[in-house]
Amino acid sequence: MVAKKLNLKDKYRALTRDLDWDYDYSDRKKAFPYEEFEGIKITDWSKWEDPFRLTMDAYWKYQAEKEKKLYAIFDAFSQNNGHLNVTDARYVNAIKVFLTGVSPLEYQAFQGYAHVGRQFGGAGARVACQMQSIDELRHVQTQVHAMSHYNKFFDGFQDWTHMHDRVWYLSVPKSFFDDARSAGPFEFLIAISFSFEYVLTNLLFVPFMSGAAHNGDMATCTFGFSAQSDEARHMTLGLEIIKFLLEQHEDNVPIVQKWIDKWFWRGTRLLAIVAMMMDYMLPNKVMSWKEAWEVYFEDAGGALFKDLARYGIRMPKFVETTAKEKEHISHQAWWIFYTHGHAAGFHTWIPSDEELDWLSEKYPDTFDKYYRPRWELAKEMEARGERFYTKALPQLCTTCQIPMGFTEMDNPTQIAYRSSDYEGEKYHFCSDGCKHIFDQEPEKYVQSWLPVHQIYQGNCGGANVEEVLRDYYKMNLGEDNMDFKGSSDEKRWNEWKRKGVA
Amino acid sequence: MSVVAITPDYKFEAKDRFENFHGNQIVYVGWDHHLMFCSAFAYPVPPATTFKELRDGVMQEAFEMHPEYSKVNWETATWLLDNKPFEPQLDKSLQEQGIGHKSLLRFQTPELKGYKNAGV
Repeated sequence: MVAKKLNLKDKYRALTRDLDWDYDYSDRKKAFPYEEFEGIKITDWSKWEDPFRLTMDAYWKYQAEKEKKLYAIFDAFSQNNGHLNVTDARYVNAIKVFLTGVSPLEYQAFQGYAHVGRQFGGAGARVACQMQSIDELRHVQTQVHAMSHYNKFFDGFQDWTHMHDRVWYLSVPKSFFDDARSAGPFEFLIAISFSFEYVLTNLLFVPFMSGAAHNGDMATCTFGFSAQSDEARHMTLGLEIIKFLLEQHEDNVPIVQKWIDKWFWRGTRLLAIVAMMMDYMLPNKVMSWKEAWEVYFEDAGGALFKDLARYGIRMPKFVETTAKEKEHISHQAWWIFYTHGHAAGFHTWIPSDEELDWLSEKYPDTFDKYYRPRWELAKEMEARGERFYTKALPQLCTTCQIPMGFTEMDNPTQIAYRSSDYEGEKYHFCSDGCKHIFDQEPEKYVQSWLPVHQIYQGNCGGANVEEVLRDYYKMNLGEDNMDFKGSSDEKRWNEWKRKGVA
Repeated sequence: MSVVAITPDYKFEAKDRFENFHGNQIVYVGWDHHLMFCSAFAYPVPPATTFKELRDGVMQEAFEMHPEYSKVNWETATWLLDNKPFEPQLDKSLQEQGIGHKSLLRFQTPELKGYKNAGV
């Protein structure tokens, strides 16, 4: 006798696990061809504890309510010319970096989870991945809608998908996700769900959303709140996947450890962009990158890895390097962009005197000694009317694809150079972490699409940098790039201020 | 170690092999302890380029922006080629003296401490 109305628990089972079926006329292995090649051993999928405990109908209802509120705020933001309430037009450049560098990753995540959501033999894991896939699609859509308002008033927002696929520095986030999506389904979950969403996501999310709040950007801030409950669910998937793999079979432990080592390092390199945003791009600062790293990785991550120790998992490789890098990474990253400001799709600038003092205060051991002099030189050149733009293309790291501007952490005026020889070719890396990743899977990274080399191979259209930027990247030269000082963004902003509208 | 792949023969040609650069090779040149330039520069040059042409021609434009570059004494400056001590021969080609595709050249000028003696 079946009850007319299912209780919540039964309904949940019916709409998730009961959607699975047995294969009586086909080999189950053929139905899930990606499940074994990574070497992960699953002995019992029924042990998977569904992280979301949400059925599709409840999910639609819940998300639709959030969506309604979110779009009401976007409308109000737009009607009230919300862009005029941001602290300073420089702030908007952080949003340009987000739209071109991060939002396309939400789309990549949607594709990635849709793929692995088909590949797992366990129905619980499939449903969780499919739901996250839909979340990610929602995130990219709502982000685009949130930022589309800025596109009407500021430069650099017009061609973000095109730019993501082509622009030199955007190959950093793009290749990160390409790497994860071209891995097997279990590695993808350890890469994105665990290492990124669980261990490092607060370092992306908190700075951007609190940064938006601190700088009067209600659209981005509201998007953040709307995504927050999704992110919380994604983190529980990250935690479930790692516990599940470690409990299923002891042979999984070294494989999982290897992936944690790789993706933790890849993640820290990707976050260099967030580091420079926090320390240099937000007119009203939330906290320094160093403080964020201490709170969200060292404290929170430290406790997590203590918990995982009982499975035989240790802290990620090269974690001791990150403890030193937190003093340097944001300064080195912003200098890379400042000196390549002619080739960036957003504006760069010298920090104000007040901001330089804030940096000295937040980085007492490193800023005045190593980084203030760089800005003094930049100021001196700017005062002469020779704003410093570097004149040759940089050497890139084969793994993370960032210009090789990171230094030896115990010798911070010396660039760190690492290299490997593989099948007669030389490869260069910014760090021990990036070299280690290459050495583990050289066949993968010999394919790195390094923007500088691609330009020299003639694969990016132009014969010179200007043509590449204009024709291949589709940057609106003279508007999107160069210093904030003297930009059209700045002129329009000052005009709005003068008229008293801002 | 090698990649774990679902395709049995996971093998690709190196994207940056010499043949793809239309007769040029890539040479990276970095000036140690001078971080005005955020990283070493990547130059595409024919392997027959002499060291003198590289140093006095190719490198000039970008490096001369540094306030100390005109003070570099090439008689005493030291070099590393792929992280090993190296004595360049000015009139010999890159190829002839073992500066290969994607080789890294670094030079040191210990008497020049960078802008404000800060390694900049």
